[in-house]
Amino acid sequence: MLILAAPQVAVSAQASPCLFLGPIPHASPRASRGSSVVQGLTPLVCRRMGLSAAAPLWGPPGLLLTIALHPALSLRPAKASAPPHRDYCVLGAGPAGLQMAYFLQRAGRDYVVFERAPGPGSFFTRYPRHRKLISINKRYTGKVNAEFNLRHDWNSLLSHDPRLLFRHYSHAYFPDAGDMVRYLRDFADRLQLHVLYNTTIAHVTLLKDRQAWNGHYFILTDQKDLAYQCSVLLVATGLSVPNQVDFPGSEYAEGYESVSVDPKDFVGQNVLILGRGNSAFETAENILGVTNFIHMLSRSRVRLSWATHYVGDLRAINNGLLDTYQLKSLDGLLESDLTNLAIVKDREGRFHVTLKFFLEEANQSADAITLPQDDNDNFAMREAYDRVIRCLGWNFDFSIFNKSLRLSSGGEFSKKYPLVRASYESKGSRGLFVLGTASHSVDYRKSAGGFIHGFRYTVRAVHRLLEHRHHGITWPATEHPITQLTSSIVRRVNEASGLYQMFSVLADVVLLKENAAAFEYLEEFPMQMLAQLETITGRNARHGLFVINMEYGRNFSGPDKDVFFYDRSVGHTEDAWRSNFLHPVIYYYRHLPTEQEVRFRPADWPLPRPTAIHHIVEDFLTDWTAPVGHILPLRRFLENCLDTDLRSFYAESCFLFALTRQKQPPFCQQGYLRMQGLVGTENLRQHGVESGLLRDYAAVGKRQEDSSRRPGDHEPAGHPLAPEPPVQPPDSNKEEL
Amino acid sequence: MMSSCLSVCRVGISFVMMNIFYKSAVDSLPELSPQKYFSTLQPAKASLAYFCQADSPGTSVFLEELNEAVKPLQDYGISVAKVNCVKEETSRYCGKEKDLMKAYLFRGNILLREFPTDTLFDANAIVAHVLFALLFNEVKYITTLEDLQNVENALKGKANVVFSYVRAIGTPEHRAVMEAAFVYGNTHQFVLTTEIALLESIGTEDIEYAHLYFFHCKAVLDLTQQCRRTLMERPLTTLNIHRFIKTMEAPLLTEVAEDPQQVSTVHLQLGLPLVFIVSQQATYEADRGTAEWVAWRLLGKAGVLLLLRDSLEVDIPQHANVVFKREEGVPVEFLVLHDIDLIISRVENNMHIEEVREDEDNDVEGPDIDIQDDEVAETIYRDRKRQLPLELTVELTEETFNATVMASDSIVLFYAGWQAVSMAFLQSYIDVAIKLKVIYSSSNRISCPVNITSVQEAEEYLSGELYKDLISYSSVSVLGLFSPTMTSAKKDFTEAGNYLKGCVITGIYSEEDVLILSNKYAATLPALLLARHKEGKTESIPLANTHVQDIVQIITNAFLETFPEITVENLPIYLRLQKPLLILFSDGSIIPRYKKTILTLVKEKHLDSLTPCWLNLKNTPVGRGILQAYFDAVPPLPLLVVVNLHSGGQVFAFPSDQDVTEQNLLLWLKKLEAGLESHITILPAQEWKPPFPAYDFLSMMEAAASRRSTREGPECVKETDVQESHEEQHEDKPAIRDEPTETLRIKHWNRSNWFKEAEKSFRHDNKEL
Repeated sequence: MLILAAPQVAVSAQASPCLFLGPIPHASPRASRGSSVVQGLTPLVCRRMGLSAAAPLWGPPGLLLTIALHPALSLRPAKASAPPHRDYCVLGAGPAGLQMAYFLQRAGRDYVVFERAPGPGSFFTRYPRHRKLISINKRYTGKVNAEFNLRHDWNSLLSHDPRLLFRHYSHAYFPDAGDMVRYLRDFADRLQLHVLYNTTIAHVTLLKDRQAWNGHYFILTDQKDLAYQCSVLLVATGLSVPNQVDFPGSEYAEGYESVSVDPKDFVGQNVLILGRGNSAFETAENILGVTNFIHMLSRSRVRLSWATHYVGDLRAINNGLLDTYQLKSLDGLLESDLTNLAIVKDREGRFHVTLKFFLEEANQSADAITLPQDDNDNFAMREAYDRVIRCLGWNFDFSIFNKSLRLSSGGEFSKKYPLVRASYESKGSRGLFVLGTASHSVDYRKSAGGFIHGFRYTVRAVHRLLEHRHHGITWPATEHPITQLTSSIVRRVNEASGLYQMFSVLADVVLLKENAAAFEYLEEFPMQMLAQLETITGRNARHGLFVINMEYGRNFSGPDKDVFFYDRSVGHTEDAWRSNFLHPVIYYYRHLPTEQEVRFRPADWPLPRPTAIHHIVEDFLTDWTAPVGHILPLRRFLENCLDTDLRSFYAESCFLFALTRQKQPPFCQQGYLRMQGLVGTENLRQHGVESGLLRDYAAVGKRQEDSSRRPGDHEPAGHPLAPEPPVQPPDSNKEEL
Repeated sequence: MMSSCLSVCRVGISFVMMNIFYKSAVDSLPELSPQKYFSTLQPAKASLAYFCQADSPGTSVFLEELNEAVKPLQDYGISVAKVNCVKEETSRYCGKEKDLMKAYLFRGNILLREFPTDTLFDANAIVAHVLFALLFNEVKYITTLEDLQNVENALKGKANVVFSYVRAIGTPEHRAVMEAAFVYGNTHQFVLTTEIALLESIGTEDIEYAHLYFFHCKAVLDLTQQCRRTLMERPLTTLNIHRFIKTMEAPLLTEVAEDPQQVSTVHLQLGLPLVFIVSQQATYEADRGTAEWVAWRLLGKAGVLLLLRDSLEVDIPQHANVVFKREEGVPVEFLVLHDIDLIISRVENNMHIEEVREDEDNDVEGPDIDIQDDEVAETIYRDRKRQLPLELTVELTEETFNATVMASDSIVLFYAGWQAVSMAFLQSYIDVAIKLKVIYSSSNRISCPVNITSVQEAEEYLSGELYKDLISYSSVSVLGLFSPTMTSAKKDFTEAGNYLKGCVITGIYSEEDVLILSNKYAATLPALLLARHKEGKTESIPLANTHVQDIVQIITNAFLETFPEITVENLPIYLRLQKPLLILFSDGSIIPRYKKTILTLVKEKHLDSLTPCWLNLKNTPVGRGILQAYFDAVPPLPLLVVVNLHSGGQVFAFPSDQDVTEQNLLLWLKKLEAGLESHITILPAQEWKPPFPAYDFLSMMEAAASRRSTREGPECVKETDVQESHEEQHEDKPAIRDEPTETLRIKHWNRSNWFKEAEKSFRHDNKEL
């Protein structure tokens, strides 16, 4: 039986055709040996101890119950002075914590996850309050490529188990939050992840120890005062503290976290909502039909995600109020800094908006407080409100971390997040990594690192970093001959989900080997850490590198941009650099950039100035496989960076070159001369002759016999398209220019 | 990439050279004594003089700048001189010690203005200040919105206004405005300000750089109406202002009824496109309205014309409603646009693309860069509509993969639809699938090596009886002989057999009675038997202490023939021997006499340093291509050549006038070895370089970035400088007012001259951009 794997199946690490158990001599171009293919097919194998070593302690699912009931029993320290030790401690069994647990488990690492709730994903048991997730669950793409399909699946975590895809959990395009809870529970159970539920870590501190991996241990204390000692701490606690803005009368506002979700409670009311994010609009959407009007007040103008292509901005699914506002209903949007405001309650229990400034004016009785409309009788918020609802987002819970950890907030523009490096490691303490939503300071308002579909990849990147740092396992890479370079890049930009979701944060890296004869392909490296690539990955970047990134056009999007303008997309390959929609960009560096170069790169550039850059022109279908529109310009770029010829040739052409030239093109060297030539069929040869790229030597012979003319007299030997290297030596060629 | 960089460098160098020549050719600054200077002054002619004391330090920078301003000022009829205050001749302009740094502007011998040299900080400032002083009446300097409104109101129905904002007096932008005022100052009222607030008050945003507006006041008859304003969107340079004003002066909308290909207006001469709105009688009014609206939107960017289809003699496509003429001599484009915005965006984008294109002029990239030069990719593309009979194969997905592969013996091809090499291979793969359908059952079951269990079976195997149907794939049967106890030798052999699986059928015999076979074939155990079916010979090779790789090598070499017909398929095996090839080119089967000669020499070990082979042009037509590469004129076949592929690349041809005999051949080879024969050609040794350059997106991006930043304007001058020039201006009022007519005369005298220069450099500019 002969079997074909479907086009673009992601199971093989190579884009080249590989024969599996192939008995056909000479016909397989650069076929890999069976074993390497098998490796590509076999699911990841647990390294070292794997599950079996961990099983006696953690046991099958049945045993988990026991552990959950008596966490103290199994972890009770042998000596009072030495708390139980784990190499890796994960805080939080939300999506990010479970994702990290999965990778640690697969690698056979010593780890534990602490979760204060009785089950995973507790955030989703309550939030979003109106239960509709705004992450898409696209069940049909018309493609069978699992990696590609993850580009449009924003809810699944990464695993080897196809049953753990979110599409099996919900049919809704915007699924119910309850399905997420169910999914996360299954994920933890089915993969037998080690989670200690009902364990609230109340305090984290540092214990210096020269023996420790990072020079110190993290000491975690739970609600029962039990301590755990961890070499590496992975914080995946999300954002859990509702953001409150302090102003006089703020106590009258009901929080998003507790406000009623029953529209009946709002019938005939005037409602003021503070905030302009998705939670604010989601709340408004729910009561839009029953209120008198809704006013929405926030410091800055609304940012629409379709204009910013940032998924955390206001999504169209929630923006009903914008519609009614602009269509002259009674609802409306206002901008003002909340900290200047004050809310006063009148005798009837209704709320008036005034300025803090007025309150500060000498002691006035509640009813005598100056209102803006006293001076300014057309003040927008002069109507009294029945309710004020606060929907101002969430902050990271810094309170459990001891000062010695130096875990600080991310600065003026991302206060709600802890400050981390682009490697997700805390700037304050080595060995402390922030994962998931809490790690979003790295790409806040830029990419998807704050959301499941983004951080599932950044978590994997952190895990790869740890595997190298603590276990000497180099960053995974596949090695290929240089002739595979174009295809390797084309394959990734067309199917890779990590690049697509985490655009301009995670990038693929091609490390060239000596003389650029071969290369290593590394996936999804945190690109801001490029200067430290060798230390982080354990791989060598001495011979130059390519970075493959996905980017939007530099000036395309923004909260105030018209992203629907005419001619917003370009089609010609020479205009590719002006592409606006997400498209692949390839940077070439002759040398690894330094830290300084990365830090002081030009504004708007995700990386320092490269030696050369290539844009693959934006594509309406995000399908960059057009032979002339996409692949050819990419090959030319790679050829010119590497100063070589990367064309492919049929065996017959290689045969001709082998006997008429001292040097062979890489494709012939790596294929034909190793008995892996590509034999074209007769009709392909015919096409080649018609295109002028191949010559019909059989016909040459015939004509010669017929007309007895000398060969060379009439032959198109110098046909410009014939597969010849440049006629002149390249050096003299350059001088001429 | 490298090459385009080089070409850029080259351009840079030639520019520098040009400038050097240019400088030396320019009239240099005349140096005169005061007396001499005043004697040269002509009535009504303006002159700028710098009075200085010998060569005091610190003046040289100024002198350099002044020197640079000589030529442009002369173009405006203003002479420039350096006056040396020598002791013998005293002049009041020489001033006292500290006050030496001053320049004076005279008309005739009347002093118009004096300039401290620090206001004349560079050539631009010198030209700007001098023209500003001379054109005081033509260019109104204002500071408030009220001033502007007054000017506007006064000119409604009479003249248009050119209003510009520059960040400071003396900047290059200021100079550009003054130069334009010199030409257009008597047709339009020029108004200048340095007040940002004023610009803001007329509703301009983003005031990072200089602005120039054209106020269309002449057409305003109702005094309560505002003048329409058009903003010049390009940077303020003399040429851009010239181009802008020219387009403002052109009629807003022209009606034409002739072939658009023949129509030309000032716009085309200025490098701007023409947009024809196609109209017909029935909709004339509406079309005219549309066209006017478009014309206002495109004012300064394109010429707009109304094309009357009904009275047109040439045919234009029926549905076309817009005709677009990019430039003179280029065929017009007929467009069907359903939205006026599309017309606008087409023009605006065209301008943008043009800017980009102009940058690329120097690049070596031709159209070839976009043409496929990969033979595999191109042939697969041309074959894309072929339907392959994929039904002979099972298509796997990730979900079905494991189950299918585990369940049966499978050959799995991983391919990608977009990857040309795998698609080319797929065609052969399907051909094989068709063939395998027939023979699958037998070939599939052969394990490697085949375990032979009896002496009789071994004999059948060696004679080729056992796998008769596969004999065509293999000319040699390989059998390993081991006594049952030789476990490690057996293991190595088995491994080698596995390695060669798919290429060679290997067998293994290790029964108790193995001695029967080893005796028969005179083999010492462990041993390898090679049965060559064609020759009917069986040889034995001892395998004691032979490692896996060596076994593989022995078996592989066993398949090498002593005088093979070289083909596309087998050449790589023979190239591995790293010896020069002795090739006999033959048009058809080999002549037995030749074969015999060479085989004799082989047998006598004369050809050990070569790989002798022959090439049948009937089977391997590409051999003709090889001959063409070796010979200028291919002599008659058969032909013998030696190709030294691995060291030097020389090709030697056996003389065609000699008979191919053992003796002649041997003698020729000896001479060859001794270096007495000369080669007919040397194979080229050049590296395989990129066939074409790539798009240099990096320079395109950087060029775009620098364009953006220059548009934001140069650094402004210190606030105090501006103040100073305001004051000076007021002081000077009376001096200039006295002689308005002379000023005008100078302007007229030079206007045509300036124009020529502008046009010339405009054309030049266009090319260089």
